[in-house]
Amino acid sequence: MATIERYRGGVRINHWAVVLLFLCAGLTGLAIFHPSMFFLSALFGGGQWTRVLHPYFGLLMVLGFVILFLQVWRDNFWTREDTEWTRRAPTLLRGDEDDMPPVGKYNAGQKGVFWIFAICLVLLFVTGFFFWRPWFADAVPIGVRRVAVLIHAIAAFVLILTVIVHVYAAIWIKGSVHAMTRGTVSATWARRHHLLWYRKIAGEK
Amino acid sequence: MSSLQSLDIAARSATTRPTPQIRNMPEVAKLIDVTSCIGCKACQVACMEWNDVRDKVGDTNGTYDNPRDLTPDSWTVMRYSEVEVPTTSEGMRLEWLIRKDGCMHCADPGCLKACPAPGAIVKYTNGIVDFISENCIGCGYCVTGCPFDIPRISKKDDRAYKCSLCSDRVSVGLEPACVKTCPTGAIRFGTKVDMHKFAAERVVDLKERGYDNAGVYDPAGVGGTHVMYVLQHADAPHLYHGLPDNPHISPLVSLWKGATKPLAVAAMIGAAVAGFFHYIKVGPIETEDDEPIKPRDRTDTPPDTL
Repeated sequence: MATIERYRGGVRINHWAVVLLFLCAGLTGLAIFHPSMFFLSALFGGGQWTRVLHPYFGLLMVLGFVILFLQVWRDNFWTREDTEWTRRAPTLLRGDEDDMPPVGKYNAGQKGVFWIFAICLVLLFVTGFFFWRPWFADAVPIGVRRVAVLIHAIAAFVLILTVIVHVYAAIWIKGSVHAMTRGTVSATWARRHHLLWYRKIAGEK
Repeated sequence: MSSLQSLDIAARSATTRPTPQIRNMPEVAKLIDVTSCIGCKACQVACMEWNDVRDKVGDTNGTYDNPRDLTPDSWTVMRYSEVEVPTTSEGMRLEWLIRKDGCMHCADPGCLKACPAPGAIVKYTNGIVDFISENCIGCGYCVTGCPFDIPRISKKDDRAYKCSLCSDRVSVGLEPACVKTCPTGAIRFGTKVDMHKFAAERVVDLKERGYDNAGVYDPAGVGGTHVMYVLQHADAPHLYHGLPDNPHISPLVSLWKGATKPLAVAAMIGAAVAGFFHYIKVGPIETEDDEPIKPRDRTDTPPDTL
């Protein structure tokens, strides 16, 4: 059976580097986010280490995502078909893909996830500097820091929710995880889920 | 419960269930009578002596404020303000207002609300708000939460420090060091009820002396404080080196640390659970490698040419 390359090695490594850094930044962040998850700080050597490490994890995650962004952003422009796809998404959620409009390399859901990631990471990156102790916080007025911590928490919340959607979609649509771990999908998979992309690839060959 | 009744904890940072609450302790308060303060700074010296902190010798900004600001090693600082105030008989009059600045020990402490580290900030049942430094993670959120800009974080150990109201002395029945040393009796200590009684007498005296707006600073916006001031101009606290007229925890901090956080946690868990049940109900979308091509999936290029 023919296989098609969906993600080359560089993209895969980049993606999983961002995943690992997201886990580190996310777990250290959640430890500080709510008392019910403070125990997560034990994974990183206690509260002080959690506070020290979190910004560096976050910074590296953003850097990794910037590279990933440059690798895939062209395939994530929003089109009129994406709006139509979004309108019909409820039938897909009921498990019926047959009525969905054909999509390119990414469907509207994937594009939405991509842009939400990008926006949240920009917000997290910028606001994080405003209360990064001991390097920057002292130079920032307390009123600005209050706004920054609030936006930082909201952006982190939206990011984590979106990651949950992203991970679930990958588990739900069989073959997706293989695409990101081994790089390839079957021709059937490509035709089924990303017909326009399949046509483009098949046409080029 | 703590072994020392005087150190029973009423509220604890980053803790969602109540602490042991059954014992009743009277609330204490420190009363700073700004009108009897001579600005001698004995309280600053007593503070550093008792607490064994020594600030570096700094520089001056041309006023008597020394050090210039609160620091991790200077938990109290005398603030000197030269202001012109209107009077009924003399027109504008120059006054030198001297306020001992430091933690106000709020009944509703913004620092404690903002703190993410369990037990790094506690409020004792007697009202004292104390930083338990070994639990501090150095994030600086207490600075964000405080309506009075009091906590300072040490560069030496990345932990927040501020006036403890000498909780160690108070726990064994002594008054705070600054109270003990004050030569004019401008700083007093006792139960909050007694301090209010004493303050009321001072206010009567001041009004007789022509300070019609004399009053007690025990701001309701933070639930009252356990450090209170007697002010000649209680109608204008900002005259006293920017003492907030109506301090309160910023609504941004309340939003950040209020109901939104548990709701956000519930939403994140809910999303994962919803995904799980979606999988159970709808199941995965699978593609068999040998399944026939559906009409909509036909392409002009057969897959065999790949």
